[in-house]
Amino acid sequence: MFDFSTITTAIDQFLHSVLPSQAALLVECILVALCAVLAYVMLAIVMIFMERKVCAAFQCRLGPMRVGPWGLLQVFADVFKMLIKEIISIKNSDKVLYNLAPYLVVMSSVLTFSCLPFAKGLQVLDFNIGVFFIMAASSFGVLGILLAGWSSNNKYSMIGAVRSGAQMISYELSIGLCILSIVALSGTMQISELVAAQADGWFIFRGHIPAFVAFIIYLIAGNAETNRAPFDLPEAESELTAGFHTEYSGMHFGFFYVAEFMNLFIVAGIASTLFLGGWTPLHISGFDSFNTIMDYIPGVVWFLGKTFFVIWLLMWVRWTFPRLRIDQVVSLEWKYLVPIGLLNLLIMTLCVVMGWTF
Amino acid sequence: MEFKETYIGRIFYGMRSLLIGLHTTLKEFFTKKVTEQYPENRKTQHISERHRAMLYMPLDENGNNKCIACGLCANTCPNGTIVIKTKTVTDEETGKSKKVLVDYTYDLGSCMYCQLCVNVCPKEAIAFNNHFENAVFDRSKLFIKLNK
Repeated sequence: MFDFSTITTAIDQFLHSVLPSQAALLVECILVALCAVLAYVMLAIVMIFMERKVCAAFQCRLGPMRVGPWGLLQVFADVFKMLIKEIISIKNSDKVLYNLAPYLVVMSSVLTFSCLPFAKGLQVLDFNIGVFFIMAASSFGVLGILLAGWSSNNKYSMIGAVRSGAQMISYELSIGLCILSIVALSGTMQISELVAAQADGWFIFRGHIPAFVAFIIYLIAGNAETNRAPFDLPEAESELTAGFHTEYSGMHFGFFYVAEFMNLFIVAGIASTLFLGGWTPLHISGFDSFNTIMDYIPGVVWFLGKTFFVIWLLMWVRWTFPRLRIDQVVSLEWKYLVPIGLLNLLIMTLCVVMGWTF
Repeated sequence: MEFKETYIGRIFYGMRSLLIGLHTTLKEFFTKKVTEQYPENRKTQHISERHRAMLYMPLDENGNNKCIACGLCANTCPNGTIVIKTKTVTDEETGKSKKVLVDYTYDLGSCMYCQLCVNVCPKEAIAFNNHFENAVFDRSKLFIKLNK
């Protein structure tokens, strides 16, 4: 596998040779931030296009076909429209919090995004408690949503934000339990090591039944975490107009929209990192020629392929099921997912202790 | 208590019904899409025969129509879309006088496609066809003379 850290260390050494070390660090920070935000936005555009096409296919339609070939330029047109729209300021709203909220949501999403391992060495943040950091960073997105609902001075926004708080804080528990069971299996929290440990067998195969159950629970909880149907209570159109972002317009709304899509990408990316092996290619022990062919496919392709497959799974669920009621959402989490997750963690620990894993 | 209503049973039955739903949408994902891309598909587009786009008068090969100029269609039209001009002709052999159609004018602009005129016609002399591309730049072009 090609290691991207050779490129990054080369750039690092070059910068240190021409600049003082402080300035080199600054330039590196700017370069990394630029690349991360650029990748973030490009992936968001791809995701929005994919969402529209997949949604159309599930409803037996073709989706956007007019703007550009197969409607490829449709999303660019939408983004351009969003950029030139006016940002309306609301009377009697809390101006500071109202303007701060979308940035909090995007910030948490970008921070989590920078933890994703795209290929060997191609990862912005990688340290010994990486999984914990992902959970912490993704948790404070809910703060932005709560603030958006509170500061809008609108009853619909407020109800949407409160629902979102109840929902996202509950489902974080399930996500934590699923991640914990994988951490129990691998014995590490560093993301690069988690991925490297899966080189000779993805965790969903090595952890067999408990890993599969954890994967399913993770997908359900991740879907709820991203506020998408069937868990889109915070923005239930029929009841709350648009939920917490009712009063937002222009690019402030755009930030919520992009963050929602990128949270979906992040949930899928973490699922593929923890369960499906991240950027490691598919290896079947015994088939050496097959394994070498798989090694020639670059890690970025593997990671994005797995991630988009998981995204497709989540979209499939989204366009199949009707929305749950708020009491059903909460009872699904507290009465079903959490007990099953706890039991699953116990089984996983038992498997690891008894050596029943592959 | 039946197994279906227990805590464990509800999990399994719930999962089963969710999987049925997923199976249904998955089939839909791979079926042929129904979207018609209109201006490009002019050659292959299919419009239902019952679609009412425009009134016309079926003519035989000599240009004769079946209209007997009774005026029922003009009377029954709620919008006054149809205007019929007639003249009375006396048959030379029998000496009987008979109404004959001179001008059958149909105003496409005020037609609401209710089909009452077609239903009321005793001779099936008028019908609706599928020519729906009727946009013109001048209102006067919407007045159409149906008989030759």
